[in-house]
Amino acid sequence: MTDLNAASAAAVEAHSREFLVFSLGDEEYAIDILKVQEIRGYENVTRIANAPDFIKGVTNLRGVIVPIVDLRIKFHLDNVEYGGQTVVIVVNVGDRVVGIVVDGVSDVMTLTPEQIKPAPEFGVTLSSDYLSGLGSLEDRMLVLVDIDKLLTSDEMALVDTVGA
Amino acid sequence: MDISEFYETFFEEAEELLGDMERHLLELDVDAPDSEQLNAIFRAAHSIKGGAGTFGFDVLQHTTHLLENLLDYTRHGELALRRDIVNTFLETKDMLHDQLDAYRQGTEPDPAAFERICQTLKQLALDEIGKKVDDDAPGASPSSTAAPAAASPAPAENASAGDDKSGAESRLSIALLGIAEKDRELLVEELANFGEVIERRGDVTRYEVLLETSTSSDDIEMVMCFIIEPDQLEIRAAGGPAAGGPAAGESAVSGDAQQQASAPASAPDASAQSADKPAKAESTTAASQPEAKAPAKPKPKAGASGESSIRVPVNKVDQIINLVGELIITQSMLDQTVSEMETTQGGALVTGMSLLQRNARDLQEAVMSIRMVPMDYVFSRFPRLVRDLAAKLDKDVELVTEGESTELDKSLTERIIDPLTHLVRNSLDHGIESPDKREAAGKSRTGRLTLSAQHQGGNILIEVIDDGAGLNREKLLAKAQSSGIQTSDSMSDDEVWQLIFAPGFSTADEVSDVSGRGVGMDVVKRNIQAMGGHVEIKSKMGQGTTTRIVLPLTLAILDGMSIRVGEEMFILPLGTVLESLQPRKEDLFAMAGDDVVMKVRDEYLPVVAVHQALDVAGANTEMTQCIAVIVQSEGRRYALLVDDLIGQQQVVVKNLETNYRKVPGVSAATILGDGSVALILDVTDLHRLSRTKREAQSARRQNTPAKEVEAS
Repeated sequence: MTDLNAASAAAVEAHSREFLVFSLGDEEYAIDILKVQEIRGYENVTRIANAPDFIKGVTNLRGVIVPIVDLRIKFHLDNVEYGGQTVVIVVNVGDRVVGIVVDGVSDVMTLTPEQIKPAPEFGVTLSSDYLSGLGSLEDRMLVLVDIDKLLTSDEMALVDTVGA
Repeated sequence: MDISEFYETFFEEAEELLGDMERHLLELDVDAPDSEQLNAIFRAAHSIKGGAGTFGFDVLQHTTHLLENLLDYTRHGELALRRDIVNTFLETKDMLHDQLDAYRQGTEPDPAAFERICQTLKQLALDEIGKKVDDDAPGASPSSTAAPAAASPAPAENASAGDDKSGAESRLSIALLGIAEKDRELLVEELANFGEVIERRGDVTRYEVLLETSTSSDDIEMVMCFIIEPDQLEIRAAGGPAAGGPAAGESAVSGDAQQQASAPASAPDASAQSADKPAKAESTTAASQPEAKAPAKPKPKAGASGESSIRVPVNKVDQIINLVGELIITQSMLDQTVSEMETTQGGALVTGMSLLQRNARDLQEAVMSIRMVPMDYVFSRFPRLVRDLAAKLDKDVELVTEGESTELDKSLTERIIDPLTHLVRNSLDHGIESPDKREAAGKSRTGRLTLSAQHQGGNILIEVIDDGAGLNREKLLAKAQSSGIQTSDSMSDDEVWQLIFAPGFSTADEVSDVSGRGVGMDVVKRNIQAMGGHVEIKSKMGQGTTTRIVLPLTLAILDGMSIRVGEEMFILPLGTVLESLQPRKEDLFAMAGDDVVMKVRDEYLPVVAVHQALDVAGANTEMTQCIAVIVQSEGRRYALLVDDLIGQQQVVVKNLETNYRKVPGVSAATILGDGSVALILDVTDLHRLSRTKREAQSARRQNTPAKEVEAS
């Protein structure tokens, strides 16, 4: 019996995934923790001319030039301020490194497959194409972002499109 | 042991061997060939054959086998070299290269080409020495009588020249020295591929394997040396042959003149063909005996190059360069902090900091030098090209190379090859005249083409010099006019020479398949500019032309001028900056729309404001308070308005496209001393960008004229 329990726990363990939860305004979002390289403060960003407003510029991450995207601007949030508390999540997308600015990072959550619900068809600013689902956690709801799809999408203008 | 793991090693080494082979073939004096060189060529072919055999590359093995046989005749003086024979050898070498490429890509080589080259080689052998170079029936020929070799201290050779079909089996005692037990098993397995392992004994320091095989000890050694060091291997002949003597019948001569030492008695075979010149063969064997011994213990490249160099993937080197760049930046940040500190007790700290600075710089220099390769890497491909091309054009050309040891960044050497090839082709085709014309002009019949390289400051100068007819000013001008390019008679020579870089420009009277189509020089120029360099031409009628390419030593570091616009810092490549000055009101002229030109001495230059092109906030908009930097790129000159010049510095170039994308007006980025990122401006693109911006602006204005009036 104990063996069986252990086995099923292991099975759940195998299928559940860990997510990094961050906040944008009042909403809670989460991305796959395996995509996250590090979390750092927002500083020393060099502006890039003629780029969309949500691309804040580039910064030096130990010798690597990394673009910084402010998801708050991209998602049309009202209060966009930069201070000591502003956090940049550095993510690995494909073979690229990109920093995303968020309001804050709260915690790391483990979600079982049952806790991940499919995302409904909605959203104008954030198309459900870029969501991998909604995570329900007691009374909280996490918007699970498919950061790969989002950051490599044409509308993010982070990647040179072929022929452009 | 999975043998395919060694494929890549074999390919690389075979490629090097082919390169050696070509070099020696080209250097070979046809009338009095140097025996050392002949041996070197033979050894190269032999090594490739050995490897190809092991890895099962049959076509490659067969071709090298035929070539090796012929080379062996030349080595022993039985086949007198001629130019066309060397040409055939070179063709074979090219074919081998193609075959190697095919195997590398995991495909089989073109069978038709293989068939053709085999025919050519067999025919050559038949015509020249009246013998069939066939590998169907190898055996010892009279020329390889064992007597001389038997006396030699290393009678290890076995005659069958790696031909597995041979019935001539012999026993070899192979000693493995200092091989660990687990590797030993694998090596013995490997040996078992060659024949039958009869006996094995010994310990780690010396493990002996008795092998009955038809493969020559040379071949086994070659193959094993892909795996272990040559001094870990000892091969001796042991005991009598398992099978009888060599196969009787046609006395086709096997590739190696190396003897079946164990069966000398059965070797002399009085076949009619080879009996024709036994006397000669005897004497040559005797004469060449010391040489024949030389390859008995060949020094395979594997061992030799393994000791003096290591192969490292370029990305590893780049990673080190990156890290060192980081170290330098951290060091300069520390330096700044220390210098701002109240240093009453910090004497040791300051000393330590300056030591750190020096060490860090030394380290950076040393690391950068890893990427540097000698120009020989580039120049070495030209002897063949010049030779083939000169033959095609019926010209006598002597190629001279200077400064082969001059070093250049590896990524640049790869990109300079194409432009340089084009320039060399041009010199041969248009520059150097035919021997008759040269004689008539009072010059020696043989033209001279010089390739030279030298360092000058942070640049490398590469020159292609020919002593040919030189450029014809009148002809160039006439040609330019007829192709609609603006010219005037008062143009300086230098300006006239620059005309040949115009797209579609060709002065050749007729188009040949070598050059003259008019595509090319403009591409050459563009390629070199893309590498951050430029091209100059000097020419004198009747005396020749010199094309000089000036390149930065490396793409990783750039001499820059840092400028300030508003609160932002940018880097301008110093190479594009001509001068800087403060514009006076009377020198600025407004043109239609927003365009402004500036009069600098006698020239009117368009003005581009950085803050406009790159939307910099808080910049100085009063032109007379700005600084105008006159920049030049791709032949266009304009004035760039900036707020302030900060200074000159060397910057480490960082690619923006690694994690982001191409940014208009910006070529790359760099990291400043304080750790922040500065963008490096692309002077050519900036001009284009400012124009499209202004066009967009005026278009908007035309669409909304009413609002514009209201606003004003």
